[in-house]
Amino acid sequence: MPACDGPTIVVKDHYQLVIIGAGPTGLSAARVAADHGVDVALLDEQPAPGGQIYRAMESIPPARAGLLGDEYQHGRKIVSSFRQCNVDYLSDTQVWSLNSKREIGLLQGDEPLMITADQVLLASGAMERPVPFPGWTLPGVMNAGAGQILFKSHGIVPNDGVVLAGSGPLLLLLAWQYMHAGVKIQALLDLTPMRNHLRALPRLPRALMARHYLAKGLVYKKDLKRAGISTLHNVSDLHATGNDHISSVSFRHRGRQRSIETELLLVHFGLIPNAHLSRAAGCEYQWDRSQQCWRPELDDWGSSSIDGILIAGDGAGIGGARTAEHAGRLSALQATYALGIIDKYERDQLSRDDRKWMHDDLHIRPFLESFFHIPRKLLSVPDDDTIVCRCEEVTAGEIRMAVADGHSDSNQVKFLTRCGMGPCQGRQCAEAVAHIVAAAGGEKVAQGGHYRGRPPVAPLTLGQLASLYPEETE
Amino acid sequence: MFKRLDENPAATVTVTIDGVQFNVPAGETVAAAVLASGFGHTRTTVVSGAPRAPFCLMGVCYECLMVIDGKPNQRACRELVNDGMKIECQHATGRL
Ligand SMILES: Cc1cc2nc3c(=O)[nH]c(=O)nc-3n(C[C@H](O)[C@@H](O)[C@H](O)COP(=O)(O)OP(=O)(O)OC[C@H]3O[C@@H](n4cnc5c(N)ncnc54)[C@H](O)[C@@H]3O)c2cc1C
Ligand code: FES
Repeated sequence: MPACDGPTIVVKDHYQLVIIGAGPTGLSAARVAADHGVDVALLDEQPAPGGQIYRAMESIPPARAGLLGDEYQHGRKIVSSFRQCNVDYLSDTQVWSLNSKREIGLLQGDEPLMITADQVLLASGAMERPVPFPGWTLPGVMNAGAGQILFKSHGIVPNDGVVLAGSGPLLLLLAWQYMHAGVKIQALLDLTPMRNHLRALPRLPRALMARHYLAKGLVYKKDLKRAGISTLHNVSDLHATGNDHISSVSFRHRGRQRSIETELLLVHFGLIPNAHLSRAAGCEYQWDRSQQCWRPELDDWGSSSIDGILIAGDGAGIGGARTAEHAGRLSALQATYALGIIDKYERDQLSRDDRKWMHDDLHIRPFLESFFHIPRKLLSVPDDDTIVCRCEEVTAGEIRMAVADGHSDSNQVKFLTRCGMGPCQGRQCAEAVAHIVAAAGGEKVAQGGHYRGRPPVAPLTLGQLASLYPEETE
Repeated sequence: MFKRLDENPAATVTVTIDGVQFNVPAGETVAAAVLASGFGHTRTTVVSGAPRAPFCLMGVCYECLMVIDGKPNQRACRELVNDGMKIECQHATGRL
């Protein structure tokens, strides 16, 4: 039984615009397109709209929402504005394939479906950058974002004594949110290297033009300090130890080796675009040195290298939730123009404010990106025994051996070592493999390449695949 | 590892996790229910048999594969709890 939102929607075979992802990007885009009379379907695998940042917005108890801060509350406007527009919103719907002909494979419950669209907007957001370190596969080590999901969606928080480690705004935000919920954080280990301060300094004056971001970060820091939460800066050599579960985390701080006992370590190393669908469709990507990730090649409207496929929001490159809203609207206007519903002049006029925002936002990004730059050494997994591929349990040493044998491309390494061939399809190891291959071969990351994307991007059973093509299998 | 905030959920459902009954708030994901009920790991790996637990909770790591109502390889972070649901730790591929 497809679990759609509200009264069950009969999914049409074809839409003018299909938007994948109901976060700030997709919700804002849906509103703009629907307001112009575009026939829109909005698909998301989550049970309710909001995306990562505004998760559980419609069902969260007010007291819990209050602990999450104003940025979370801002989402209420976006979600309620979306609810007033006329689109086929398909919740609990996972997209498992997309190709250059804009054929889209969906899964509702156990039921697969194929639909088509004239225009597709990928608004599938970001994921946390997986950075393998010794012990990261132990139970009790989780992503900080995972901790935040438990908090936002379910009101579940860590027992006292949790340790947070890594680098990036989300880590600080989570510490601040936990502090409000009364969670006793044992330590916040900041792995941002001191040299990043110098690296970011030249970009500070320009960043001051977008100082609301900086002000927020400083408030979080001040509040944490006032609450007496121990923050250790310039930490390195993170290591989780334990037998069947983490029992302690060790690290280097001020030239000394230290260790803290804990049953829960939440880690975060920034965000990277969620690229599985766009890669499967064949969209062109390029390596972005500043964001330390691959980004799709896009024009100012979010049009990708494939006709009729647009990408916007954090899936296009990390710009944050406010930017995602504007980017979603820009891409929706472009799609509406491409459908012949508005002309170029209208598109340009209607997008003035959004384009201005996108332009102004460029001021802050170089500063944030250099401040939170993850050291290359960490990304290329220095310890040979560290597991890189969580699914197939392939270590950094095995990957380096493959490179030493002359395999200087991520895809060759994959076929040789099985790294990236498990159920997560390389989502957790592709970046690390690219870094290891590049570092071992003395090349730039862009040269070592990325795993080729292939549908289905989610494991389907043979029965599910067969049900899509009954005449061929009968 | 985790605890629930004092929120008095509107409705609860009964599930069994590895044979033990738990009352959990309706609308929770299986992974959330398992973690909040005090379970340390949710599967053991195919290659070495090492224990693993949910890592991302957003559907991208596939570490949360569990056997749910007899069906192996279900992502516990994507499935919601149901009354009477039988949740089991997945050993290796989860097939007997
Ligand atoms: C775990 C996590 C927590 C975050 N928390 C915050 C926060 O508290 N504050 C903040 O400022 N930023 C946060 N971010 C950053 C985040 O990326 C925001 O900037 C913002 O949510 C981006 O909006 P978006 O619309 O581009 O993508 P998202 O909000 O990520 O929305 C993308 C949507 O696409 C859906 N989707 C993806 N792939 C598929 C598929 N194959 N099939 C169906 N649906 C799919 C997802 O379910 C999701 O709902 C977080 C990021 C992550 C990964
Ligand atoms: S915890 Fe990562 S997929 Fe479920």
